[in-house]
Amino acid sequence: MEITTRSLWTLVHGMGFGALYLLAGSGAIALLYPRFSADEPASASPKGDRFLGIYLSAMAALAWLTVLSGTYVIYPWYRATAPAGTANLAAYPRALLLSHPATKQWHLIGMEWKEHVAWLVPIAITMAAFVALKYARDLRNHPQLRNALYGFVITSLFAAGIAGFFGAMLDKNAPVDGGQTVRLVQGEKE
Amino acid sequence: MSTQVAVTQENAAVVANGSGAAAILSAGIGSFAVALFAIAADKSAFIKDLFVFYKPTGALSGETTVAILLWLAVWAILNWRWRKRNVSLQRINVIALVLLGFSLLLTFPPVGDLF
Repeated sequence: MEITTRSLWTLVHGMGFGALYLLAGSGAIALLYPRFSADEPASASPKGDRFLGIYLSAMAALAWLTVLSGTYVIYPWYRATAPAGTANLAAYPRALLLSHPATKQWHLIGMEWKEHVAWLVPIAITMAAFVALKYARDLRNHPQLRNALYGFVITSLFAAGIAGFFGAMLDKNAPVDGGQTVRLVQGEKE
Repeated sequence: MSTQVAVTQENAAVVANGSGAAAILSAGIGSFAVALFAIAADKSAFIKDLFVFYKPTGALSGETTVAILLWLAVWAILNWRWRKRNVSLQRINVIALVLLGFSLLLTFPPVGDLF
C-alpha cells in the first residue's frame, strides 16, 4: 500500500484539516443554537461558555491550517506550468483541466472560486473564536453579538462547503499526484 | 427595590460591546478585501504582478496576504478606539454580514467577471 507525497499532502489538507472543519461546524451549530434561538439564552455553565471559546479556537486553527496548506503546499503543484509540447498532462492538473472543454469549467469556476472563498473561512471563524473567548459568560447579555457569531459561523461553514466540494471534484477530475512514494504497508509475497 | 438593585448590578457587570463590534466589522471588511483584491488582480495585469509575493502560488499569495494584513490592521485600530465603548451593534452586524455576503458572491467567478 503506497501513496505519493503530493497525494498525502492533499489528503491531509482535504480529508484532515478541511473535512474535520466541516465536521466540527455541525458541533459548533449545536453549541450555538441554544444560545441563539431562545429569547432567554439557555443557561450554560461557565465551563460550557469557556468550552465554546476553546472549540471555536480549535476550528480557527483548523481553518488556518487548511488554507495555508492549500495555498502554499498544494496549489503550486496544481498550477505548475507544463513544459511546451508535454503530451501527458497528468502531473499538471490545471493544464489538464483546461485542455478539455468538458473539464475546463472545473478550473475556471471551481478552482477560481475555491481558492478565494476558502480564505473567508479563517477570517470569519477567528472573529467568532475571539468574541466567544472575550465575552464568554457575558455573551448572555449581548444578543447582537450572539447573532453575529451565529451568522459568521454559518457563513464560514457555507464557504468551507463550497471549497470542500470543489476540492473533491477537482481532485477527482485532475488529481494532484506525484513526488516521492511513501510505502504505508508492505505487501506479502504471493 | 431589590429587583432594581439586581438589574443595576447585572448591567454594571456587562462588558462593553466595542471589542466585539471591532472584531465583527473588521472581519466583514477583511472578507470583502479578499474578494476585491481577487477582482482587481483579475482585471489588471499590473495589479496581478504586484500581488505575486510568492511565485509558485502566483497572485493569490499577495491578494490574501494584503487582505489579511488589512483585516488585522482595521481590527487593531477599531479595537483600540471602541474597546471601552458600547456601539450600535445592530448596524455594524448588518454592514459586516452584507460585506461577508458580497464577498461570497464576488468571489464566484461569473459574478466577479461582470466588473
